[in-house]
Amino acid sequence: MKHQTAVLDSQRVPETGRSSLMKRLDQGLLRFFHGHKTFDHGIYPIEHKELTADKPIRRMPFADELVIPLLQHKGRPAIPLVKVGQEVVRGEPIAQADHFVSVPMHAPATGVIRAIGLAPTAEGPKTPAIFLKVYHAASQQVLYDMERDPERMSVKEIIQAVQDAGLVGLGGGAFPSHVKMHPPAGRVIHTLVVNGCECEPYLTCDHRIMLEQTDALIRGILIALKATRAERAIIGVEDNKLDAVAHLRARIARHLPITAEAVETKYPQGAEKMLIKSLLDLEVPAGGLPADVGVAVFNVGTLAQMGDLLPKSRGLIERVVTVSGPAVKNPGNFVVPIGTPVRFLLEQVGLKGPLGQVILGGPMMGMAVASLDVPVTKSVSGVVALEPEHPSLARRQVYPCIKCGECLNACPISLNPSMLGELALAREYGTMAEQFNLDQCFECGCCAYVCPSNIPLTQYFRIAKSINRDAKTRHEQHLDATKRH
Amino acid sequence: MPKIIEIRTSPHLKRAVSVDRIMRTVVLALLPIAAFAVWQFGLSVLLLLLTTTGAAVATEWFFARASGRGNTVADWSAVITGLLLGLTLPPGFPLWMAAVAAFVGIALGKALFGGLGYNVMNPALVGRAFVQAAFPVAITTWTPAFAPGRFAELIPSTLTLPFMQPIPVADWIAGLNMDGWSGATPLAMQKFQHIETPITETFTGLIAGSAGETSALLILICGLWLAWQRMLDWRIPASVMAGAALTALPFWLMDPSLYPSPWFVLCSGGLMLAAWFMASDMVASPVTARGVIIYGLFIGVLTVVIRLFGGLVEGVMYAILLGNAIGPLISDWTQPRVYGSVKGKQPPAH
Ligand code: SF4
Ligand code: SF4
Repeated sequence: MKHQTAVLDSQRVPETGRSSLMKRLDQGLLRFFHGHKTFDHGIYPIEHKELTADKPIRRMPFADELVIPLLQHKGRPAIPLVKVGQEVVRGEPIAQADHFVSVPMHAPATGVIRAIGLAPTAEGPKTPAIFLKVYHAASQQVLYDMERDPERMSVKEIIQAVQDAGLVGLGGGAFPSHVKMHPPAGRVIHTLVVNGCECEPYLTCDHRIMLEQTDALIRGILIALKATRAERAIIGVEDNKLDAVAHLRARIARHLPITAEAVETKYPQGAEKMLIKSLLDLEVPAGGLPADVGVAVFNVGTLAQMGDLLPKSRGLIERVVTVSGPAVKNPGNFVVPIGTPVRFLLEQVGLKGPLGQVILGGPMMGMAVASLDVPVTKSVSGVVALEPEHPSLARRQVYPCIKCGECLNACPISLNPSMLGELALAREYGTMAEQFNLDQCFECGCCAYVCPSNIPLTQYFRIAKSINRDAKTRHEQHLDATKRH
Repeated sequence: MPKIIEIRTSPHLKRAVSVDRIMRTVVLALLPIAAFAVWQFGLSVLLLLLTTTGAAVATEWFFARASGRGNTVADWSAVITGLLLGLTLPPGFPLWMAAVAAFVGIALGKALFGGLGYNVMNPALVGRAFVQAAFPVAITTWTPAFAPGRFAELIPSTLTLPFMQPIPVADWIAGLNMDGWSGATPLAMQKFQHIETPITETFTGLIAGSAGETSALLILICGLWLAWQRMLDWRIPASVMAGAALTALPFWLMDPSLYPSPWFVLCSGGLMLAAWFMASDMVASPVTARGVIIYGLFIGVLTVVIRLFGGLVEGVMYAILLGNAIGPLISDWTQPRVYGSVKGKQPPAH
């Protein structure tokens, strides 16, 4: 028995099939009359969103086996609560949080624990995971349900409930949501920024969530407003999704302190720091957090789940994923149980031919998988499949830096990737960090995207950072050792 | 399900522009200018351009091979150097000297530093500066445009034998019977006789001068096209021209009979070609957005200062070479302000 084709929320779905010319006109008028809410630099990759922007969210069937890694978030891995051979019911907690910066896991399906062992991840190394054999004959009802009213819960209770729900940033950050609700001592959150930018090419799941799960999203925003004690919430949406802005504006009750704002369609608009700059003209200090400027940022997908799960006391067991790319036959937006192997997902949508590369997340910051057995985790917003002949996969000759300055004009942090690249070649990793702000680089990929010399700048910076981190740990160990003697 | 073959790291998308494509496009933008030069001055210029380009490419090939950098001819940058160099030489410049210029430009101006991307100065200008010093007569010997029979015969000096003094062209020019030929470029006429050639002539290029520097209009069109293709940073030519025009303006206002007008400054000599195609050399200009403007203004101002007060008729070449030299310094001064690095921007009071 397979569950298919149920639209997640039974709300009326607005029309999105506008002609692109009309959309352009809308964008232009909006930018003219309301100014250009944006940040400095950035790039304009081809969006490819038309492949799935009009596809309503559908339910993906259950794979035979789900793989639930214990670490799908930033922080400490969850601790398993189940034993091999144990039967679990959909929604039941199967792993618990390990201290504050950690979240629990819930069974994405009714079935039996087949094993607890190592599973491949997109990052490369294998990590401990729970293997769950799905009972296809079961009804797959979520039994862990208890109605409650977030309005009547205290801030502390809400933050606890958010952790218990296993919520993390679903936009790709995977940072535990309850930690963000708890600003560092001395910081006051005044504004909640709700991230509906979805600036990565191909991805449309947040777009669909804003259109189809609007009420859950608004509920989630209200919960987050209460928990962070922020005065207002601003939903930032790229102006290639003006239909979502209009829809949100129509749905948000007038008395609520929530507004929806269009921002320029430009990568990486959806990066926290960029969106804060665009909406509020504030800059998060180097090395700081959004809380340092009184802001907390949550992704629309996260808040929609929060608004759905918290009143029912449920845990996060599935998420919306865009499955798209030129190699995919029937691209779309799907509710996917956490732990579904990528292989199963691609089988369901069908492939046009051989695969060149499969990327988890968006193509700018996502990770190429080494094995199709890698599961969808909480932070996977998209699966993008490219055919082997895709131009991005073509071998390119790397030239020396020709000092064209394109990378400087692309870097949203205003670093000097040209200089950083040369220092990386010279292995001057220390200088990169000390004099050229390497640590501010968040690996958005803009510099490598524009570089006409095809220098893998972002890759260089990733390596340099990890070498610096290693050096630092070694240095600290050395200090420790000398102290002890 | 098929196997996955290869793993790469993000970003997985790449803009389609690459170095060889940029260089090919620049060559494309130079072709109309080269064609105009050939039409204007005849076969000699065709041979001149072929010589400089051929010599530049051959030198590049040789040094890349010798230093184990593989075949770097395919990046097309040597073709640009050769073409640009040819365009800045007088039409009747002896071919052997032109070949020397190209060799020196690539060898000393580029290969010595490690090839494309590492050169401090524009190789074409290095080559030209060398021959300017080595062959001062040949480089200031001008021949008239639109000489009759320019497609049938060569300017006599063109085929000067290697290591020989150039064949004098005065008799040949006299034999052409061209009315109004003074033997001087508009720039020299302005400087020494204070006769300003009408803007219509300098703009459209129906005058004497280096092979490819005469038509400001054509250079402007080709440069604008290249900028529109986003293969040229328009801020550089714009600030060079602004720097030059603004420096010339007060002098001209003081004494128009003595000093050239700003538009004459812009349209005469090598300024237009240099501003659009040489100052804008990506490798030798600063990388920062503010840096290129300072660099451009510097070149523009210096060009006019040399023209007005120096012993030389044309100053743009040295101005750019100096600009190239201080380019890295300008880059250092104008490092961009990193996001979140200023303390001043604090959240609004709440
Ligand atoms: S990857 Fe780093 S250096 Fe490159 S553009 Fe992004 S933030 Fe800047
Ligand atoms: S984009 Fe590439 S070639 Fe251009 S300055 Fe940056 S690193 Fe150098």
